[in-house]
Amino acid sequence: MSSPSTTSLKDLFLNGIIKENTIFKLALSLCPSIAVTNNLKNGIFMGLAVLFVQTMVNLTISLMRKIIQPKVRLPIFMLVISGWVTITQMMMAAFVPDVYAKVGLYIALIVAFASILARAEMFASKNSIVPSMVDGLGMGVGFLFALTVISFFRELVGKGTLTVPTGLATQHVFTFINTKPVLIMVLPAGGFLAVGILMALFNWIDARYMKKTAHASH
Amino acid sequence: MNSEFTKLFELIISASLINNFVFTRFLGLCIFFGVSKKMETAVGMSITFTAVMMISAAVSWVVFTKVMIPLEITFLEIIVFIGIIAGLVQASDTIMRKVSPGLYYKLGIYLALISTNCIILAVPLVNAGEKYTFIQSLAFGLGSGLGFALALIIMASIREKLELADVPAAFKGLPMAFVITGLIALAFTGFSGLITL
Repeated sequence: MSSPSTTSLKDLFLNGIIKENTIFKLALSLCPSIAVTNNLKNGIFMGLAVLFVQTMVNLTISLMRKIIQPKVRLPIFMLVISGWVTITQMMMAAFVPDVYAKVGLYIALIVAFASILARAEMFASKNSIVPSMVDGLGMGVGFLFALTVISFFRELVGKGTLTVPTGLATQHVFTFINTKPVLIMVLPAGGFLAVGILMALFNWIDARYMKKTAHASH
Repeated sequence: MNSEFTKLFELIISASLINNFVFTRFLGLCIFFGVSKKMETAVGMSITFTAVMMISAAVSWVVFTKVMIPLEITFLEIIVFIGIIAGLVQASDTIMRKVSPGLYYKLGIYLALISTNCIILAVPLVNAGEKYTFIQSLAFGLGSGLGFALALIIMASIREKLELADVPAAFKGLPMAFVITGLIALAFTGFSGLITL
């Protein structure tokens, strides 16, 4: 973990998207990456919810870092996280009820995301407000990016369509393939296959062009 | 009485096979992929998991129905449930360290992970959402625990064999595990329609 004095904010932001991408690199918080990604719109909204929670949690923890007793920090982190998740859940239920009906359970389960707690513990509780927010934004955008890629791939291959949200309540369905699509990709099993294949693709690009050994494998 | 027993049985079967948490609801994946490398840890983890799940289902049911509904604070369910689970995990951590240090040495680290695990949190949330009775909540907790144990053990036995297989470099490790999980999930879709609730 590098301190913000040695790395610029831009590096900090990119770190969460590329080097420490929650899903493809750290393999954390995998549940929603498969559960909600059979439709591009659901994937994007789930990613936005995580982005919001991650940034706000980092901001709150960073503001409170001087008054939190180290011994009780984990329960306090959990309280902060579940507070922001409850807020997000209520906002989504109010503004995007059709998405909420599908992904509601997984929104509540953002509380149990290892990645959010880990950023609060490793970064926000040690750094000032601006780097913490940038870190939160980076991790959140990385997550949003991963979910978008997975759901793009799955919906396109599985249904031959792309559901693009054009506003809170509106959407546009593009149809690309009119022949019989590969239905398995939108089924539960396809989610695992899609993530596995995409992860392997990232490893391959990493090994090939970044001159690095693949480290998503343990 | 008889039909009630049948219903409970159906609930357990449905929670463990048809709506298996790992393969059809995609929960607890971090632990699922983290622990399934060795059979020994997989078995230990399943036992810890099922126990914590049933206890937390019971405690959360009592708190939800007897405290939160009368006080009309059900919107706090996430915060309250996560608190209950964290408390329970801390308690079982302490008890296990005293009672069975050997098991603690092996599973202690996973026990800490349990508190941030989605399955454990999902059980009380689903119980509250579906308005299950106390016994039904317990049955749902048990069924989900058994389902998770089944998933872990299947996966661990495959991954132990996989150590010897020749896997393409890019697929080594997690990507391959995902593909295998996809294939198992495909097999599990065959259970849908086994019983209709």
